[in-house]
Amino acid sequence: MEAVLAILIGLLVAASVYLMLAKSILRFLFGLILISNAANLLIFAAGRLTPGQPPLIPEGADAPFGTVANALPQALVLTAIVIGFGLFAFALVLAWRAYTELGTLDSDEMRLAEPREGGS
Amino acid sequence: MSWLLAAPLIIPFAAAVAAFLLRNGPWGRRVSVAGSALALAASVALMVTVLQEGVVAAQMGAWPAPFGITLAADLLSAVMVVITAITGLAVAVYATGDITERQERLGFHALFQVLLAGVTGAFVTGDLFNLYVWFEVMLIASFGLLVLGGSKEQIDGGVKYVLLNLVSTILFLSGVGLLYGMTGTLNMADLAVTVPEVENQGLVTVVAMMFMVAFGVKAAVFPLFFWLPASYHTPAFSVSAVFAGLLTKVGVYALIRVFTLIFTGDTGYTHTVLLWVAGFTMAVGVLGAAAQTDFRKILSFHIVSQIGYMILGLALYTPLALAGAVFYLVHHIIVKANLFLVSGVAHRIAGGTELGRIGGLYKTAPLLAVLFLIPAFSLAGFPPLSGFWAKYVLVKASLEAGNWVIAGVALAVGLLTIFSMTKIWGEAFWKPHPEGTDPRLSSLPAADRRALIVPIAALAALTCVIGLFPEPFVAFAERAAGQLLDPEDYILTVLGGRPAVPVQVAEALP
Amino acid sequence: MNSVILMAGSRILVALLLVFSVFMLLRGHNEPGGGFIGGLIGAVGFVIYAIACGTSSAREALRVPPETVAAAGLGVALLGGVWAAVDGDAFFTGQWLFLGATEDSKGLPLSSVLVFDVGVYLVVFGSILSLVFALEEEV
Repeated sequence: MEAVLAILIGLLVAASVYLMLAKSILRFLFGLILISNAANLLIFAAGRLTPGQPPLIPEGADAPFGTVANALPQALVLTAIVIGFGLFAFALVLAWRAYTELGTLDSDEMRLAEPREGGS
Repeated sequence: MSWLLAAPLIIPFAAAVAAFLLRNGPWGRRVSVAGSALALAASVALMVTVLQEGVVAAQMGAWPAPFGITLAADLLSAVMVVITAITGLAVAVYATGDITERQERLGFHALFQVLLAGVTGAFVTGDLFNLYVWFEVMLIASFGLLVLGGSKEQIDGGVKYVLLNLVSTILFLSGVGLLYGMTGTLNMADLAVTVPEVENQGLVTVVAMMFMVAFGVKAAVFPLFFWLPASYHTPAFSVSAVFAGLLTKVGVYALIRVFTLIFTGDTGYTHTVLLWVAGFTMAVGVLGAAAQTDFRKILSFHIVSQIGYMILGLALYTPLALAGAVFYLVHHIIVKANLFLVSGVAHRIAGGTELGRIGGLYKTAPLLAVLFLIPAFSLAGFPPLSGFWAKYVLVKASLEAGNWVIAGVALAVGLLTIFSMTKIWGEAFWKPHPEGTDPRLSSLPAADRRALIVPIAALAALTCVIGLFPEPFVAFAERAAGQLLDPEDYILTVLGGRPAVPVQVAEALP
Repeated sequence: MNSVILMAGSRILVALLLVFSVFMLLRGHNEPGGGFIGGLIGAVGFVIYAIACGTSSAREALRVPPETVAAAGLGVALLGGVWAAVDGDAFFTGQWLFLGATEDSKGLPLSSVLVFDVGVYLVVFGSILSLVFALEEEV
């Protein structure tokens, strides 16, 4: 299972790098969303996969019986997803504002803060 | 102990909440100033304790390390917290005269306090994942501050700042994931124990490089600094001052922390990379500044060049060099924030930051001229100001390490810094104003004038004090460097004095 | 959007979603649920209302600006953490109050964890709504 997940992470990263190399800010954002999902999967995989053994403590017991899945990476992934969600919501709003204010999503043409030499 | 460490975090958050709820009146800014002053008191208390008792650590929610969330402060953390609080207070006062009511209603003071909380949190956390969370807190607040008000230039700069910082964040997160997969822990003290025991040391170095790139983007080192000069000259002056003073330094702090505590197994490789990075960062930053003609853009490029000095201290990895890096961090935060504050006043009274369009400040505002000269000369490294000692320690350390080339680069960059500072001096202060107006401080309303000048004067005085009495500060920096190079005390304090037991990673089923 | 069906339906849906969000918040202590998911569900209620009747009437129905809700939530969450000071414990240590506890029953357990969760609920609720309202008004 780990191998499959590792290949999937690799594919996601490859696709996102391809997207992020584009000029358009929107494509860059899509790439960012993909790569953040890849990072989340990476943490998940780093915690080792234990299918079918949820980290739940049975009624009346103090500790789980036998091997259970590692709950910590799941907590980390959850935190990362929540934070990532907030950041992307902000980045999308910003991209929209940039499009309405600057009239372009082409990063080569966004030179308002750093005008070209000679004012062209 | 727990409250001592938590107070510098709780106070700014509480101030943020109060300032936001009161954002429509004058009480918002008063709460912000009061909160910053309280935070300064709390951080000084923390500093005193660390000086007396050595490293302090606290477990949030009473969950023992390495399972719970740890806050820990050694001398480096403590001094960074104090300097954050000083900068925070200075900028909070400055903001009362600089920030418009519209920006206040949008929640400037709340965002500013959250930013301070994020920066402080990054300095005192003892856990890598928590460091990530604090980075995000800081990042979200800085996004808001950067585009607050939403002029076209701000949006343009903000897009670059936001996107490149998000990439670095994700790299950081991936590094955290891989490190957890190898060691089964994310507590920094615990990592210091477990990382040397990892069999696959090659993978450790790979992860170390991921952290180097991720923190390198935050610290704006060569070749990852492009977002900084693209965005730092666009927001309100208070915002650029606090960004310039604190944000990149969090990256530097994180680099120093992980490359002295966790990734010390292959210093021959990682620290050599850092040395090259340091040299190029210094040179490229200062050359970039030489080509600029805008007050704030010149200063932005100088942030990059100065970061190089701090990385140099880390890269040489000798006690003296690290002490130099710590000293430089403290000196630089004060000086750089101050220069941006001065640029704000120059903007207000002379009508711009483009050097070609302003002038005459020396003749009609001599007080401002003196207040500019002190941090500017300190930045360039003139004796007897703080920058001189910072550079002196670092150059001496490079010479002692036998690295003549990097010492030469450091000195040459200092010389070019003087060139940039004299350029600002000559254009903005000495030459007559091109439109023939006389920029005067008295043209500002009295309340604004006080709010703008007092923090600048206070920070300039601090620079002079460090410059005139450097000995206790250097001795302190040497103690802090000693702690960094010998983290035994830190590890034992965080892990509760128990012999550190590596946590077993739950293995997959056979 | 101008749809009579949606407008009529949204009144029932909003109420249902808000009740369900509180249910999720309270259930979260020992079972799946909690402040984050509760806040999301509650926000969805108002988002539906905003889609059906427009953001201005949704803002009116909310009475306070969503940003204020989020800031107040941050304050409540902070209180949940600071509460531990009363008993001299470390920051964020859970404090418990058992209402009507007897020898063999714990009664109704109330905790500072719940206070923190309520804070999270308000933060999520407020920040999602402020984002969505801002976007709806832009487009």
